[in-house]
Amino acid sequence: MAENFQVEETLVSQLVSKAEERVSVASNWQLVWWRFRKNRLAIISSMVLVLFYVIVLVPDFFSTQDPEATEAFLAFIPMQGISFFDSSGFNLSVPAVVGKRNPVTLRMEWKIDETKVPIRLFVQGYKYKVLGLFETDLHLIGPTDPKSADWLYLFGTDRMGRDQWSRMMFGTRTSMTVGLVAVALSVIFGVLLGGISGYFGGWPDMIIQRLIELLQSLPTIPIWLAMTAALPQDWRPDQVFFAITIILAFIGWTTLAREVRGRFLSLREEDFVLAADLAGCSRFRIITRHMVPAFMSHIIATSTLAIPVMIINETSLSYLGLGIRPPAISWGVLLQEAQNIQTVAQAPWLLLPCVAVILSVLAFNLVGDGLRDAADPYGH
Amino acid sequence: MNTQIQPLLSVRDLKTYFMMDEGVVKAVDGVTFDVNSGQVFGIVGESGCGKSVTMKAVLRIVEPPGKIVHGEILLNCKTKDGDCQVVDLAQLDANGAQMRSIRGAEIALIPQEPMSSFSPVHTIGDQIIEAIMLHQPVNKREARQIALQMLKDVGIPMPEQRLDEYSWQLSGGLRQRAIIAMALSCNPRLLIADEPTTAVDVTTQAQVLRLLRNLQQQRNAAIIFITHDLGVIAQMASYVMVMYLGLVVEQGPVDDIFHAPKHPYTQALLRSIPSVNSTPRVELPTISGSIPHPFNKPKGCPFHPRCVKSMPGKCDVRTPALLPVGEKQWVSCFLYHDSEAAA
Amino acid sequence: MLRFIVQRLLLLPILLVLFSIIVFWLVQAPPGDFLTSYVANLASGGSSIQEEQVEALRHQFGLDQPMHIRYLRWMEGLLKGDLGYSLEYQRPNSELIGERLVLTVFLALFAFAITWIVAVPAGIYSATHQNSLLDYAFALLNYVGVATPNFMLALILMWVAFSSFGLSVTGLFSPDYIQAPWSLGRLIDLLKHIWLPGIVLGIAGTARLMRVMRANLLDELNKPYVVTARAKGMSEWKLVIKYPVRLAINPLISTIGWYLPQLFSGSLIVATVMNLPNIGPLLLRALTQRDMYLSGSILLIYCSLTIIGTLISDILLALVDPRIRMEGV
Repeated sequence: MAENFQVEETLVSQLVSKAEERVSVASNWQLVWWRFRKNRLAIISSMVLVLFYVIVLVPDFFSTQDPEATEAFLAFIPMQGISFFDSSGFNLSVPAVVGKRNPVTLRMEWKIDETKVPIRLFVQGYKYKVLGLFETDLHLIGPTDPKSADWLYLFGTDRMGRDQWSRMMFGTRTSMTVGLVAVALSVIFGVLLGGISGYFGGWPDMIIQRLIELLQSLPTIPIWLAMTAALPQDWRPDQVFFAITIILAFIGWTTLAREVRGRFLSLREEDFVLAADLAGCSRFRIITRHMVPAFMSHIIATSTLAIPVMIINETSLSYLGLGIRPPAISWGVLLQEAQNIQTVAQAPWLLLPCVAVILSVLAFNLVGDGLRDAADPYGH
Repeated sequence: MNTQIQPLLSVRDLKTYFMMDEGVVKAVDGVTFDVNSGQVFGIVGESGCGKSVTMKAVLRIVEPPGKIVHGEILLNCKTKDGDCQVVDLAQLDANGAQMRSIRGAEIALIPQEPMSSFSPVHTIGDQIIEAIMLHQPVNKREARQIALQMLKDVGIPMPEQRLDEYSWQLSGGLRQRAIIAMALSCNPRLLIADEPTTAVDVTTQAQVLRLLRNLQQQRNAAIIFITHDLGVIAQMASYVMVMYLGLVVEQGPVDDIFHAPKHPYTQALLRSIPSVNSTPRVELPTISGSIPHPFNKPKGCPFHPRCVKSMPGKCDVRTPALLPVGEKQWVSCFLYHDSEAAA
Repeated sequence: MLRFIVQRLLLLPILLVLFSIIVFWLVQAPPGDFLTSYVANLASGGSSIQEEQVEALRHQFGLDQPMHIRYLRWMEGLLKGDLGYSLEYQRPNSELIGERLVLTVFLALFAFAITWIVAVPAGIYSATHQNSLLDYAFALLNYVGVATPNFMLALILMWVAFSSFGLSVTGLFSPDYIQAPWSLGRLIDLLKHIWLPGIVLGIAGTARLMRVMRANLLDELNKPYVVTARAKGMSEWKLVIKYPVRLAINPLISTIGWYLPQLFSGSLIVATVMNLPNIGPLLLRALTQRDMYLSGSILLIYCSLTIIGTLISDILLALVDPRIRMEGV
């Protein structure tokens, strides 16, 4: 006989706090964003990247002079460090440079002087078009007296007297864009072909798989060299630019395609896909509304991590002379000036593009890692 | 605790805390019990009650940030001359030579999941022989012979062949036996079986329990049986300890506990076992509420928020001590006495 | 396992033929040929050459034949072991490539050895001493190492060595040994010079491997078999090395398949910057000068090295993990 006893219901449920309620109705993207936000390194890196891409949009605003103006007279001017304060308080200025002609080599040699050239923010400089839309002559930084525009070389000059600071700004535009476009192309190809391969299986899968294997067996750098060397010498810089991005994306899409294929294969067997099918969803709808969102965040994280690889590849190729060609400017092209060690020893500021590369790649890696950790539903 | 003079293992007021960033988890908060030679001692409780951590503390393999902060673990060791010597395991260096000579040789662990408890890239023989050679002065050939004998003892057919196989080549039941063989290979006087029947099906469970009983009787080894399955306890143990939230709520001989449980938690546990004899169409009694979050342990008696007999003003303020009630039973509940536990 | 390896070996010639077609097409694709760039070089130097001479040379080198004929001629030569003739250097390609190939492979293997010797212990240390000072230091080095392209590291190191110490760290041999025949002395000289290029080449891979090793080991350290080993009475270090490290290394071995080929092709850039006798710079020049037989042969060699690297990795993985060995592929 069962015993009857009073089970006193004791209220032990806790009040559901407002925060918990918010979490339970938040969309996937919101959750990812909240987790990403906690990663301070990633947030700082994102801000760095935003700054880089602002430069990409309006490099002229940040430059101080025409990046392509050559003047042998002004070769190898050293970096002018900015001083923030002087005797009368907060005043931006740079030390002037004084040149002397070397009697033996007949070349100009420049040294930093004691006198100061006052500079300020938001000055007038040469005219340019913003995004090809409207004209302006506003620059971020420049001498207070517009007529002495010659003497502001924040990063020094190279052997042809070109201002390195301005060239760096334009180099940023090219290098950061090549990376982005190349990865975008890889993603499109990778998701498309990987998706076809994974979802349909059978013959398309086999062919695409063999193709991927073939491409991945090719040694990347030598093949890239061969491809870029095959570009005609007389192509315009923007044609070369486009060709370079295609070449870089050429082998890059295979890794992504493999991953996408793997995901599709495993997702195909998932119960939620079966449920959608039984509910009467069309194939297209199943793919776009159910399967793709399941790995979209992973794709984004992987793509973000692929961009720095592209940047490094483009820089390496351009450095060797087989990538972006002068007069187009990229970080790799800038570093071509630093090929000779004796030259570098005399003008170490020519190595400054290295800092830009390392900084941007580091920032991308940290953001990509942060995205990957935030997007992983099993992370915590 | 028991009438025998020298228990094999004597745990006194053991406290093991985990220092986490978010706070301190008092996984084991004052546990006292004795295990005698040749006794089958059961520790039973829900997930999170601290039974596994107690076992790990005895073996001194609690992972950081866990630490033994208080208490004694007295083991009655036989020295080489045959004398009895009492060693406090809590005071030894966990990775030191002395503790390591005890671990595996005097006290051995039968882990929970036999599949993942063997390394998949080393043969079974390799791992058993390693266990033997760690504690016995034999060479590889002799160790292999001992390992073979162990496999025979646990009832594995074709031991010669099995010794050179990998764990994933064996069936679930054989794997379970192999891991028992490894634990017994150095003739430990105390075996700790951590939920040995949870990961196997019912038929294998019966075989394993029978095997353990036989081995235990043959070698006169004591076994600490950790489980949440009351049926297994009833079958195997002679003495049982019920834990809840890091504290002992009741201890005693199996018959007393099962037929005359004193603590409300034990009573509720026993009532919640589905039985053939219960009246049909009556709802299965469950314990209301759920286990509190480890950072939110209730003040006073840990069970009081879910206890039907809790006395406000007493149970939610002070923690009851573990004291005898009756001849051999011990319980920590204010229904039976008024003494408070030491802090 | 034997069946698996035989399968892969059979695929090798088919792959190589496919690659040779791709490679040949690539070096032929741009308009013009060796003589076009030769003439251009002469012109920029101020001298010139007559049209008939150019045609005669073209005929002599077989450059006026249609593409498939040239391809077949080249394949024919390859099968006999003849890598063709360099138009620029006027020497058989096998001579030019010969020693450089040995040094290329040696450099890649050296970088590979450094990577594993450094990354595995560092990864093990980082995993077992999580959040310690050295762990953070390694993490920092990793991030910077992955972010720096090899040529940049080479450039910076060379600059530092030159401006601070006046040292020139280019080349693989001291002047005395460059042309000398092989001897123990030459080998020692090589080792003295190769460690810097080796480090530069291997640093990105080392950084990556260290992180992966750390992550893998952290996963394994929580597994039940580690607890069992500890419960047997093994000492902590011995059991970490014998069990979880063993298992954590397995996935790393599969990375050899693409890491080794990457070292081969990556050495190209480092060799160019540091002026090493490597087939990389040779390829670069051959490509820009349209020395097609030379560039084609070197490219094909790179392809072969890549395929061999992948094969080695698969064999190693099968050797190391009994699960793969026994349960087939």
